[in-house]
Amino acid sequence: MLEVKNLNVFYGNVQVLWDVSLDVKEGEIVVLVGANGAGKTTLLNTITGIIQPASGSVTFLGKDITGLPPNEIVEMGISYLPEGGRLFPDMSIQENLEMGSFLKKSWKVRKERQEQVFEFFPRLQERRKQLAKTLSGGERQMLAMGRCLMSGPKLCFFDELSYGLAPKLVKESFQMLQMLRDNGLTIFLIEQNVNQSLEIADRAYVLENGRIVLQGTSEELKNNDHVRKAYLGI
Amino acid sequence: MQVLQVEGLTKNFGGLRAVDGVDLTVESGEILGLIGPNGAGKTTLFNLISGTIKPSAGKVTFLGENIFGLKPYTICRKGLVRTFQSCKIFPELTVFQNVILGAFFGTSEKKSWEQAALQTREILEFVGLAHLSDVPAANLTLLDQKQVEVARALATQPKLLMLDEMMAGLNPAEVEAAMTLVQKIRDQGITIIMIEHVMKAIMNICGRIVVLDHGKKVAEGSPKEISTNKKVIEIYLGE
Repeated sequence: MLEVKNLNVFYGNVQVLWDVSLDVKEGEIVVLVGANGAGKTTLLNTITGIIQPASGSVTFLGKDITGLPPNEIVEMGISYLPEGGRLFPDMSIQENLEMGSFLKKSWKVRKERQEQVFEFFPRLQERRKQLAKTLSGGERQMLAMGRCLMSGPKLCFFDELSYGLAPKLVKESFQMLQMLRDNGLTIFLIEQNVNQSLEIADRAYVLENGRIVLQGTSEELKNNDHVRKAYLGI
Repeated sequence: MQVLQVEGLTKNFGGLRAVDGVDLTVESGEILGLIGPNGAGKTTLFNLISGTIKPSAGKVTFLGENIFGLKPYTICRKGLVRTFQSCKIFPELTVFQNVILGAFFGTSEKKSWEQAALQTREILEFVGLAHLSDVPAANLTLLDQKQVEVARALATQPKLLMLDEMMAGLNPAEVEAAMTLVQKIRDQGITIIMIEHVMKAIMNICGRIVVLDHGKKVAEGSPKEISTNKKVIEIYLGE
């Protein structure tokens, strides 16, 4: 579904991604693991068109999307939940959701999509008029995921879904991800919560100092000595 | 000895009572954990104690002195300092410059540049940031930025350090390193209150845990008591 080949990215003169290659198949949950500063968010920003790579390619559903502007990439069926959710705090739940369907094609079907989102997250429907800034952490997370779905994506990128959430909400977020996948969404995650994300993911990549140093099934990585020591703290 | 005593602390935001009559005592040399669901009022409680926002009612006594409603810099100079959930460092300044600001402005003690610089270098060594001393803070990783904030707080020579989600966004191995640092700080004689959602850290290094929900204290006890408390499992830990 998604193929990233030999991506090289610079900030000024500093190279932050080195020959990064990876792929995501339809229906998978794939997790990207790495220390702070390894380049994980940079990689997502590059795939989604926010940052331009110096070289390399990104192919989505057989089409080269390298260097396309983010809005065109969203239109093709990729959606991105940035770190921290980035909701519009002074807009209501409903308005936030509508912002997720800002593209012409999505705008026409925003009512239907919103109904789908409300089916996933009934809590959002109950509070549709409430301002985003008054929501609890868990409700914000639901809204951010819901807004992601409003563009009708086939593939979703989630950057640290569990950041700053209470343990119970972390469990619920991971359950939400599985539910979305069971409903046909393909998911690519960045997570510091390595244990729990390996529990639900099919495959994982490990990024260190801007390079992919390991990849495999979740099972393989859970039992890998380096992963256990560096990321699981065992 | 009691370092901090909080009685009936309350904060109303319009019609919402974000912190509702909280009582809290902190003993010298302990690491106290503060947990609770998102939106429970944990950070607001930190804001009230440290003077970042003004309480509506209650009493706050620090080292026997009433500090209710004082300005944050006054409270800081008395030896009560806090860090922020989202780092509030100066991105254009170097690590060294960020930390020396704490040494100069966070204490009432008069000191020369040399004294402050020496103290800053010692603290950077202590938290393991000495090698990044001259790097602009903006260029650091999240983990290092958080440590700069801790270092700057330490430079104010506190008696009580309040850490707000120092470990959010860290992977399990990084959490281990952060846990060691917190214990090292306590071993220097600094009392600590920490807000944290990382249960591994809370359960392993806190002697006592206080649980907030909807602005109220709903449980208090040892890690073992808290982790088996039915109410805490229901509202916070899950399953």
